[in-house]
Amino acid sequence: MPETITSPLLKNGSADEMRSLEAGLDSLQSEAVERRGVDWSRLLLPLAAFVVLLLAWQFYVSLGLRRRDLVPGPLDVLGSLGTLWQEGNAQEAVWTSLQRGITGFTISIVVATPIGLLFSQVRLLRRAFGPLISGLQVLPSVAWVPAAIIWFGLTDATVYFVMFMGAIPSIINGLIAGVDQIPPQYRRMGQILGASRWEMAVNVVLPAALPGYVGGLKQGWAFSWRSLMAAEIIAMGGSLGFGLGSLLEQGRQLSDMGIVMSAILIILFVGIAVELLVFAPVEKRLLRGRGLLAGSTR
Amino acid sequence: MTELLTAEPAIESASALEADDGGRAPAVVLENLGKRFGDGAPVLENVNAVIHQGEFVALLGASGCGKSTLLNIISGLDVPTSGALEVPADGAAFMFQDSSLFPWLSARGNIELALKLRGVGRVERKLRATELLELVNLGQAAAKRPHELSGGMRQRVALARALAQERPLLLMDEPFAALDAITRDLLHNELERVWRETGRTIIFVTHNVREAVRLGQRVLLLSSKPGRVVAEWDVSEEHRTNAGAAGKLTGDITDRLREEIRRHA
Repeated sequence: MPETITSPLLKNGSADEMRSLEAGLDSLQSEAVERRGVDWSRLLLPLAAFVVLLLAWQFYVSLGLRRRDLVPGPLDVLGSLGTLWQEGNAQEAVWTSLQRGITGFTISIVVATPIGLLFSQVRLLRRAFGPLISGLQVLPSVAWVPAAIIWFGLTDATVYFVMFMGAIPSIINGLIAGVDQIPPQYRRMGQILGASRWEMAVNVVLPAALPGYVGGLKQGWAFSWRSLMAAEIIAMGGSLGFGLGSLLEQGRQLSDMGIVMSAILIILFVGIAVELLVFAPVEKRLLRGRGLLAGSTR
Repeated sequence: MTELLTAEPAIESASALEADDGGRAPAVVLENLGKRFGDGAPVLENVNAVIHQGEFVALLGASGCGKSTLLNIISGLDVPTSGALEVPADGAAFMFQDSSLFPWLSARGNIELALKLRGVGRVERKLRATELLELVNLGQAAAKRPHELSGGMRQRVALARALAQERPLLLMDEPFAALDAITRDLLHNELERVWRETGRTIIFVTHNVREAVRLGQRVLLLSSKPGRVVAEWDVSEEHRTNAGAAGKLTGDITDRLREEIRRHA
């Protein structure tokens, strides 16, 4: 609908007046972005939460409802952690598992990224293999352990195979989801700017899909770490090294609840450390750069 | 420079190819252009227009007149179902109502990407991007990401990016419709200045009569369902500086536009 006729628009003002007017509007309308230093609540709050849980645990144990060797208290577990550390078992287990985890995860990224990109760009491939990839992601990767042991024996290959089956599908799916969520005007703009198919993939599709891709990587890491633990618990001996899963299983065989709890806590802490030191900063940076952090609880 | 795209056998176009009074060659020629999607009613029918090089044409129409479809056809994003059109061979730069800047790039990065995709070298890119940012008075905001800029600033970055494409033809699809009135007035001045400095051919789509009169050298009125050029006005410099003349022309055009809309009652 045309508006009612109001006074017509006229040219007015000199170039200099316009320039200063524009500068004034720019500073009024765009908000200054605040950058703060280290936010201590990020460190103190998780620590406080940890202490609260620890106290609750100690309180439960001190009620004396269960035998102490079945439900050890925080101090007992700390004791067996100290023993494991002194014997060097803890360090060896963490080192072995982390090394495997990082190697397996890196290879998974290298394999999954081109596949994900290809699937997201080629409709035929995606329609053909998409459901299969989603199915593989739902299938617990532990289910591959028996098959892997039969194929590869008790070697590192078994552990890596199980990790790949866990991590690769979830990284592929993360990347595809990231590409699916790209607003259509970005591609249209790329087309208008004259991007070839390759230029579009590198300059538009990949950077636009980056948040989804990083989400997929995070999930991929979770899957590979879980799969690794599962494989290490089930497959022990042979040429397999001594990982955190092996430590856990050893604790069970010795009926030593202290070792079991220690292993579980170490696995948990490695997970927390990777999240806080690797993924959280990357994600935060990514979201802040795109103005997606405002109002979030991150 | 120009190529002929035909959906039907080419129609005699000698008259259209003639230069206008000012001796300028035509940049865009539309001949009996039609477009329908599937079996639906035609969106565009028999659109005829000649736009000369360096001209600023405002394309005015109510909702549903196929303005955006027409721009898509001129830019090569879409093809007509009938008729012929002649457009610059290297395509057109395009600006939308939303700036469509890439949020992961700074203002400078967005402009440099347009240059990069045109094959401009790294050093040259930097220089040219600085020039373009200065042209739209955004030298200070070069390092900012789109979310740190106001709507008007984003549209100016989008304008600089469109200019970075170095296409002689610039298509603008209601680029200022979402801005506040003060910013819009300012951008009118800015766009006019940029147009004079760069000599681009501009086709500016709007549903705002005052905006059309303020900016266009010529105003084309497009009817709705199907879209067709039904009227045309020349706008002189007097219409932009004299309130009486401007008011009269704005009134005339508004009346004609309303008449066009009433036909659908």
